Amino acid sequence: MSFTDIKQRDLRTPFAVNGVGFGNYVKAFQDETFRKAAFNTAYFVVLGVPLTLVVALAAAVLLDRGVKRFQALFKVGYYLPVVTSIVAIAVIWRFVLAPDSGLLNTVLGWVGIDGPNWLASKTWAMPSLIAMAVWRNFGSAMIIFLAGLQGIPQSVEEAGQIDGAGPWQRFRHLILPLLRPTILFTSVTTGIGYLQFFEEPFVMTQGGPLNSTISVSMYTYNQFGFGNYGLATSMAYILFVVIAVITFIQFRLLREK
Amino acid sequence: MRRTWWIYLIGVLGLVAVAAPFLWMVLGSFKTQGELLRVPPTWWPHDATSQNYNDLFSKASFPRYFLNSTVVALAVTAGNLIFCSMIGYALAKLRFKGRNALFILVMATLMIPGMVTFVPLFVLVTNAGLANSYPGLILPFLVSPFGVFLMRQFFLGLPDDLMDAGRVDGTSELGIFARIMLPLTRPALATLGILTFLGSWNNFLWPLVIAQTEDKYTLPVALALYSTGQNAQNYGLLMAGAVVVVLPVLVMFLAFQRHVTKGIAITGLK
Repeated sequence: MSFTDIKQRDLRTPFAVNGVGFGNYVKAFQDETFRKAAFNTAYFVVLGVPLTLVVALAAAVLLDRGVKRFQALFKVGYYLPVVTSIVAIAVIWRFVLAPDSGLLNTVLGWVGIDGPNWLASKTWAMPSLIAMAVWRNFGSAMIIFLAGLQGIPQSVEEAGQIDGAGPWQRFRHLILPLLRPTILFTSVTTGIGYLQFFEEPFVMTQGGPLNSTISVSMYTYNQFGFGNYGLATSMAYILFVVIAVITFIQFRLLREK
Repeated sequence: MRRTWWIYLIGVLGLVAVAAPFLWMVLGSFKTQGELLRVPPTWWPHDATSQNYNDLFSKASFPRYFLNSTVVALAVTAGNLIFCSMIGYALAKLRFKGRNALFILVMATLMIPGMVTFVPLFVLVTNAGLANSYPGLILPFLVSPFGVFLMRQFFLGLPDDLMDAGRVDGTSELGIFARIMLPLTRPALATLGILTFLGSWNNFLWPLVIAQTEDKYTLPVALALYSTGQNAQNYGLLMAGAVVVVLPVLVMFLAFQRHVTKGIAITGLK
């Protein structure tokens, strides 16, 4: 379908459409909004994935080494946003991020910071969505990190302790390398999820202000909504190829070292 | 022991950060429109009102959306439990030609993002006359590659001797599957069931395009359209709507959280 000019009016006769070769792909790359969407998606992934993983790893270490007593409670608590409908979360966060009557700016006000109108600002809209994504998704990677941490035998750390390594050194040189497969896995799955990010801008900003939060998925959906099925499918395929390539690179990078 | 208190403090602060938006939502859903717009905002509702919920259930026909979400989620869950366990069993325990090729095919579909198959699937379902219908909402999700994978892995761990014992006793092949093997996979079924239900309840993109009239909306679709449509300014209604979408899932998750986290940890998939 990505090689045809299929439109909404052809819905009843999907086999009677014309092939256009790579026309849709050319069109997509020439489209300024599509390029903007690609940039935004990259921005979201490049900032969002590492942030999510760092928070998730910190939380996992905290649960595994720190809070022994109420571990289950903390685990469930941190995981709550993951199972919550993203639409509901987006609606809630609109109120959290509201300029004057919002939760975040109120809290910032206590320490004397005059927060911006997060979602209406071209500079701040994207970081706001990233913060929300980290808040929502870190629990999922945390669970996997936790399983990974628990798979590391105690003797490894004890050996490090005997050699005189401090907590940070033990973490940096012993735990982290052993977690490599887990980190690979979570970065791939988180990356794939973030590349497809859609609901957040759909509900919170409709891609605005001035397309500053439009994502590839969302623009694909828009083209679909306009009835340009062929073009929408070719955009989805571009995204798919990017996902495949990045996944492949990540596997390479983390395996070779 | 001396330094443990501040580790707990960090943990608790994290919990507060995670929980605060939820609390804000629940408290906000009991506030009046005027109070929601007040600057500086109030934390606790001054004159608590259930007006938002009344509106939700009388004016906004949320009971209908709730029913739709429930029907779809239950049907999808039942389908996954039945089909994924059968396919998983076949792929793990039955010997037939092309078994491994079939398994690789299932795994390959796991890799393809939903966006790619989205438009073709839409054309397919629409041409089958299923747009704006319950089957259109349910059918595409009756089997999931993730579920097949989960069940297959679990069946692999069960000994073949059990099947042979059943055969010696003269049990039919279907009986071996349904009465001997399937009951042993209860933990996996529980995990699959709860994950599927949560996934279906929260599913957004597909119902958004397939449900074209209001009587077929699921809860997330209704909430999203309310929050971007003419009701976007009715903040109390939106907060109450969010509570209705979130609450059943949170209750369910808390009841079955062990299965959810175990499923994530074992398979690493969401």
